[in-house]
Amino acid sequence: MSTPTPTPSRKRARASAAPQRERRLPPRDRLVVILMVLVPTVVVVGLVWVPAVLSVILSFGNWNGIGDLDTIQWIGFQNYHDIATIYPPFWPAIRHNVIWLLFLFFIPTLLGMFLAVVLDRNMRGSRFYQTAFYMPVVLSLALVGFIWQLFYSRDQGLINQVFGTEVDWYGDSDVNLWAVLVATAWRHTGYIMLIYLAGLKGVDSTLREAAAVDGATERQTFFRIVFPVMRPINMIVLVIVVIESLRAFDLVWVINRGTNGLELIGALVAQNVVGEASRYGFGSALAVIMMLISTVFITIYLRIVFKEERR
Amino acid sequence: MTTTVTPTKAKVKERADSGALNKPRGAVATTIMLLLALAWLFPLFWAVLNSFRDYEYTQRNGYLSFGGWTTANYEQVWETAELGKYFVNSLIITVPAVLLTLFLASLVAFVLARFSYRFNLILLGVFLAANLLPPQALLIPVFRMYREIPLPEFMSDTGQVLGSYWGLVAINVAFQLGFCVFVLSNYMKTLPREIYEQAMVDGAGVWRQYWQLTMPLIRPALAALATLQTTWIYNEFFWATVLLGGQGDKFPITSALNNLRGQFFVDYNLLSAGSVLIALPVLVVFFVLQKQFVAGLTLGSTKG
Repeated sequence: MSTPTPTPSRKRARASAAPQRERRLPPRDRLVVILMVLVPTVVVVGLVWVPAVLSVILSFGNWNGIGDLDTIQWIGFQNYHDIATIYPPFWPAIRHNVIWLLFLFFIPTLLGMFLAVVLDRNMRGSRFYQTAFYMPVVLSLALVGFIWQLFYSRDQGLINQVFGTEVDWYGDSDVNLWAVLVATAWRHTGYIMLIYLAGLKGVDSTLREAAAVDGATERQTFFRIVFPVMRPINMIVLVIVVIESLRAFDLVWVINRGTNGLELIGALVAQNVVGEASRYGFGSALAVIMMLISTVFITIYLRIVFKEERR
Repeated sequence: MTTTVTPTKAKVKERADSGALNKPRGAVATTIMLLLALAWLFPLFWAVLNSFRDYEYTQRNGYLSFGGWTTANYEQVWETAELGKYFVNSLIITVPAVLLTLFLASLVAFVLARFSYRFNLILLGVFLAANLLPPQALLIPVFRMYREIPLPEFMSDTGQVLGSYWGLVAINVAFQLGFCVFVLSNYMKTLPREIYEQAMVDGAGVWRQYWQLTMPLIRPALAALATLQTTWIYNEFFWATVLLGGQGDKFPITSALNNLRGQFFVDYNLLSAGSVLIALPVLVVFFVLQKQFVAGLTLGSTKG
């Protein structure tokens, strides 16, 4: 199976390097092409980009979302100011998102990378291991939350039964973030492993053999030959990890709707819309903060992809 | 450091069969891997195990006991939680969403791969970036827009897009398009251009080139993406939860479990049985179509 991933050393069999100019198509074909592009574009622009712009606009207003558009009071940056100063869950949420990111990066991502590097060597039973690690990837995060409840529950959970403790792992705000992170890691590791495994297939095995013949140690081979190949994948993975940590929502929502130690910025946005108090302007300002952070990384991501495209 | 700078003959021989690890290191690696793999399998194993145990028994003897085997949990959870209804809901959402996503994505991908217009890169960017935006960031406008757009009664019992499957399918499609466009257009670019030249000589228009030439050739990529998208949309939680709202009668199974928890599941063996049942479809897909699944992920390996 060909792999058009933005991974290196995978040449595309694009016969002629794209003719400079397209020949003019007959009118009927032109219409077909226009429609083929237009219909999907309208869907994406209408349901993603227009709402994105509207989020930005709404963030400068004060609106309960019930009245007409002219009931919006425009208040400039007031929402942003309030978020930073008088909205108690905001800074905890930011802190939790950052912890989420660092944890995902240092534990499951590095572990996934390690697993991929080991499994990439023709180890016996490699398929079994791979299956074991990426099985959780097919489960929804909401479901992951439930499965782990069997470990975390105070009265019926396995952890407390084994250690004789009485901790409410999902409920106690001192520990619940970590409990959730462990559950997330269970799913995240296999995903990262798979991405690296795909990328490592791009390592030229003759290079590795040559290195071995030249007497390179395992470590030297890894850092000089394997790691450089993984560099663009590292960037992609970094972007994925950031976006995933920013998006994190499902798990905390099923546990307690993102409160009591599990505040996350994604959950705060939802709370402001579907909660009892609908504060559209305020929620939008939170949404815009999310968007701004993600934009930085989306840009990085697109640059990598486009560099590959132009090759 | 003066470890292995000069390669002795023996050393070269030892490493000549590159790929495989040397012996002691291999043993360590195998042990670590085995332990990790077992740890990874354990949560699912534990859920399955408890789903077959009697609640009274485990309450009396604790979960570390052995015994009290029963299948009653499955019968009970299926009945009381009306899982059947929610499975049907999932089906109603997932099938059209996957088909539409693949169809629309293949249209754009075809144009991107077949022609080299100046706007190609921008177009790809528009789709790909949309795929990576956090959905929560768009929630408020989408929510409000959906409430504003009326739908006839026979399409939506709420009389608006909000709370209808139409809206949910549409938003799922919009979000998944980027990934599919990217994967499919790259896949299509690997097709030799000569086939199109030949087709043009034969007088085939753009649509025929797309439908009769390209589509059959990209079947492997479509199959891989279909597998992946099915699991993703089946697992989608956020949009279904916020857009279908209300009593949750329309929820797909992934979102429904959350509502059911408070109502029915004080009994963890029942919860296990419910979880296993909900995981079952994706696990079956995963085991039957494992190759497709992995191919789909590695085709793009970008999904956030």
